[in-house]
Amino acid sequence: MRGKKLATVLGTVMLAGSLLLAGCSSSATNGGNKQSGNTIKIGGNFELSGAAAAYGQAMQRGTELAVSQINKDGGVKVNGKKLKLQLVQKDNKSDNSQVASVASNLATQSKVVASVGPITSGADLAALPNYTKAKVPLITPGGTQDSLTVQKNGKVQPYMFRSCFEDSYQGKALAKYVYSNMKLKRVAILADKSTDYAQGLTKAFKKEFKGQVVQVQYYQAGDKDFNTLLTKLKGKKFDALFVPGYYSEAGLIVKQARQMGITQPIVGADGFADPKLVQIAGKKNASNIYYTTHFDSKATNNAKATAYMKAYKAKYNEQAGTFDALAYDATYMIKDAIENEKSADSTKIATGLANLKNFKGVTGTITMDKKHNPQKPVIIAKVENGEEVQATSVK
Amino acid sequence: MHTVLQQLVNGLSLGSIYALLALGYTMVYGIIKLINFAHGDIYMLGAFWGYYVINQWHFSFWPALISAMIFCALAGVIIEYLAYRPLRNSPRIAALITAIGVSFLLENGMSYLFSSNVRSFPQAIAVKQYHLGSVTISNIQLLILVVSIVLMILLQLIIKETKMGKAMRAVSVDADAAQLIGINIDRTISFTFALGSALAGAAGVLIGLYYNSIDPLMGMTPGIKAFVAAVLGGIGLIPGAALGGFVIGLIETAVQALGFSAFKDAVVYAVLILILLVRPAGILGKNVKEKV
Repeated sequence: MRGKKLATVLGTVMLAGSLLLAGCSSSATNGGNKQSGNTIKIGGNFELSGAAAAYGQAMQRGTELAVSQINKDGGVKVNGKKLKLQLVQKDNKSDNSQVASVASNLATQSKVVASVGPITSGADLAALPNYTKAKVPLITPGGTQDSLTVQKNGKVQPYMFRSCFEDSYQGKALAKYVYSNMKLKRVAILADKSTDYAQGLTKAFKKEFKGQVVQVQYYQAGDKDFNTLLTKLKGKKFDALFVPGYYSEAGLIVKQARQMGITQPIVGADGFADPKLVQIAGKKNASNIYYTTHFDSKATNNAKATAYMKAYKAKYNEQAGTFDALAYDATYMIKDAIENEKSADSTKIATGLANLKNFKGVTGTITMDKKHNPQKPVIIAKVENGEEVQATSVK
Repeated sequence: MHTVLQQLVNGLSLGSIYALLALGYTMVYGIIKLINFAHGDIYMLGAFWGYYVINQWHFSFWPALISAMIFCALAGVIIEYLAYRPLRNSPRIAALITAIGVSFLLENGMSYLFSSNVRSFPQAIAVKQYHLGSVTISNIQLLILVVSIVLMILLQLIIKETKMGKAMRAVSVDADAAQLIGINIDRTISFTFALGSALAGAAGVLIGLYYNSIDPLMGMTPGIKAFVAAVLGGIGLIPGAALGGFVIGLIETAVQALGFSAFKDAVVYAVLILILLVRPAGILGKNVKEKV
């Protein structure tokens, strides 16, 4: 009896093994997904529900707008033929295991040649192995974590790209802006200890900042009471407070700091870029706030951005925001990559994205660096009384 | 010196919230020996109720607070009726696991229905700052402190002076004997859940007003910390829960004030472990030997 069971188990394992081998060999021979027929299929691995749904839905709208505009203009030119784009989108429910299965489904079942999204760094890490196995490039509009595009051994991830700048890039830009433009020399930092995002920002800021970092204090995502930490900071001498973190906590920090009488400028990164920040902090408290952002209606004087905002408003009857603009750029970057490489095969698109130069997007002119990070201007927005009053573009 | 006083105020206002929550834990435990892990989520329900009645029906603060207490009392009674009553005679671990299940159901159910986005709580009372010498205290901090103390005194009165309170005490000492002398156990337990949940509902509205941010997972951490507070004070003892709440609030504040902000939560949980090792009955608890 026992022997029989063992034999069955062994048999199953061998069968599974042979299936696995078969799977490997077939993907090894084709080397990525080839484009076929009269359409180019691109995937959408979108957070349409769950915790990151607000970002995911913005990404969906930006991508859909880009696809419909590209198709309206005739499509993508490949070898003299104009091919239409087809968007195959699936909801990953902001859940990392779903993200991975959507990635696998898009790459192997739908045979997409490139994927837009997921939008958060954590989800990108979950999706990437499946895309890499299928040799399909993934381009994220919002995954800003530095290590995302780099493998453990220091080599670049061949199929990971982004249309946003990375954490250290904005940390550095902020440090420069505070020291050179705002002319502030002493900074206190109140950082979210629980996310890689905030830690990356803190590290980059500290490294680049030429003035003095007076104090660093930590909180955790989900904290609501910052009175103790702020009381402690209030006694210290500092010119600006840097808060690397997301709007849900940053809003509370702004509120509690202002109520306590801390009037110094509060600076943050793109985690601040959400209307909820002002809602939570209260209009009156949300003054003297500076943050970096990828896209801003006030800072752009390029015609592309103006046209984009108009088209977005016409289609969705809403103001365009950061992440839909980044997703829109991501889609056009795929188009550029295809046209530059004269092929819509997934491996060629990856090469095209890696060699992207002077791509004129709505979020600025983009050139990919060696680590697949776009080099582009950082926008710093200033908020007074809950309203954005000014936005400056810094290199 | 003034910073120390200010931190004391911060600690007390934080602690009063933990105390309000800890009371609910302790009462339920005192009566049916169940740690109701869904308690923190009832507090979340209270905050959401406050959010809706103020936004939709334009309630002012006090009606919102009182209606949230009634709503949460009902929710508590329903949860007890559906989830815990059928398991009253099963092993304690079954009820405990059910409590965790109810907690998950409430958290994820609310995320599903109302999205997990952070919402800003409507400001039903304008914030005013009072400066007493060098110490600043806001009207909302005062309100939280006063409302929690009033509710705790009321609770003590209900338990010590009313017939229902007497029944609760009787059930907590010996449920079978209480039944023999004609106490309706089901009603008494429902009443206990109603009282505890009403306090949680009040805490939810107060916190919503104070921090101006609510979300479906807001009950998780405060719920666990209130549980620590209840154990610290002596679980099952009402004055112990109040004391434990304030102590936890002050410890958290002290840890941050001393510059160990990164270890704030770790210290609170270390306190739980320590108290369980050194004095499992809690600060006010007596060491009662259990007959086996």
